[in-house]
Amino acid sequence: MRKVPNNRAWWLVLPVFILVAFSALIPLMTVVNYSVQDIFGPNAAYFVGTDWFREVLRNESLQASLGRQVVFSTAVLLIEIPLGIGIALLMPTGGKRASLCLILLAIPLLIPWNVVGTIWQIFGRGDIGLFGRFLNEIGINYNYTADPVDAWFTVLLMDVWHWTPLVALLCYSGLRAIPQAFYQAAEIDRASRWAVFRYIQLPRLKSVLVIAVLLRFMDSFMIYTEPFVLTGGGPGSSTTFLSQTLTTMAVGQFDIGRAAAFSLVYFLIVLLVSWLFFTAITYPDRDK
Amino acid sequence: MIAWMQWTLPTAIFFATIAAILLVMTVFEVAKPCVERKGFLPIATTRGDRLFIGLLSSAYIHLLFLGLTEASLWIALAISVVWLGVLLRWG
Repeated sequence: MRKVPNNRAWWLVLPVFILVAFSALIPLMTVVNYSVQDIFGPNAAYFVGTDWFREVLRNESLQASLGRQVVFSTAVLLIEIPLGIGIALLMPTGGKRASLCLILLAIPLLIPWNVVGTIWQIFGRGDIGLFGRFLNEIGINYNYTADPVDAWFTVLLMDVWHWTPLVALLCYSGLRAIPQAFYQAAEIDRASRWAVFRYIQLPRLKSVLVIAVLLRFMDSFMIYTEPFVLTGGGPGSSTTFLSQTLTTMAVGQFDIGRAAAFSLVYFLIVLLVSWLFFTAITYPDRDK
Repeated sequence: MIAWMQWTLPTAIFFATIAAILLVMTVFEVAKPCVERKGFLPIATTRGDRLFIGLLSSAYIHLLFLGLTEASLWIALAISVVWLGVLLRWG
């Protein structure tokens, strides 16, 4: 049968395109429009040019917030990706034990974000919380509401608890997709455990790791609910991340023009980093 | 529909330019399909890749001007246009 080349199938993409236009493009264009105006109400908007961008880029508290966000996302990736791979490697390959592990791993993922915050808020309390009380009992002075280091530790631990299972599940599915023949060949070659991981498992995990790294980066970079419930951004502003600063500006102070400029800068950072990750991880395979 | 979007002339020109660039690139692509190639960028790119890289870096050039200097943004725009041209031709 001769294939007739034509592009008519593209019309089938039209519904998605319209949906994306309404859910993403039009709001994004609106944000760009807002970012160049000072908006007091529906009929009271004044053109201010790029003043908001200048203000936002030079604002020290926003720069500090960005710095904290970068440190947080980097820490999240450095902890969760290796830990997730490790858990996936240790999980049983089949049978009832594997099912049990999968269910246990999936539990944190099923809990709503604000509930996760509440759980850790109580869990970490020095008077009634199991974790906080335990640390205080063994002589560690732990108080996440007063000490910035403790607050950071708790927020990171909470994120690791909440999201490492996602990385582990993705890696587990990637590992199960490797044909047995690869392992048999490695066994014939007397490959060490490390060589099997380095030359068989890790390369075959690449596509799921791209998804895991991108998801975890974007999610951690826009984290809001959990630290907001757990620490409220405190003590001081030590755990105030970008989206909380943005929400305070847009909803709390109703400073829509400034918040729009800020969110565009935020968007550009996410776009750049996601593109860099995506290119760095997928580029070596592109010619194959 | 239009009122709540708070359109201004500069942003309308901005989006119209982006839309025009995309349109021209689409027509160009249909007329003369591009081949992935390696220029001065460290990776092999298609025409669309170079456009994306160019637009994204132009945005950062503007942000750098706004954040670090008091210079006019027209200079940033001129640099961006030249950079975009260089990137599309030799990138």
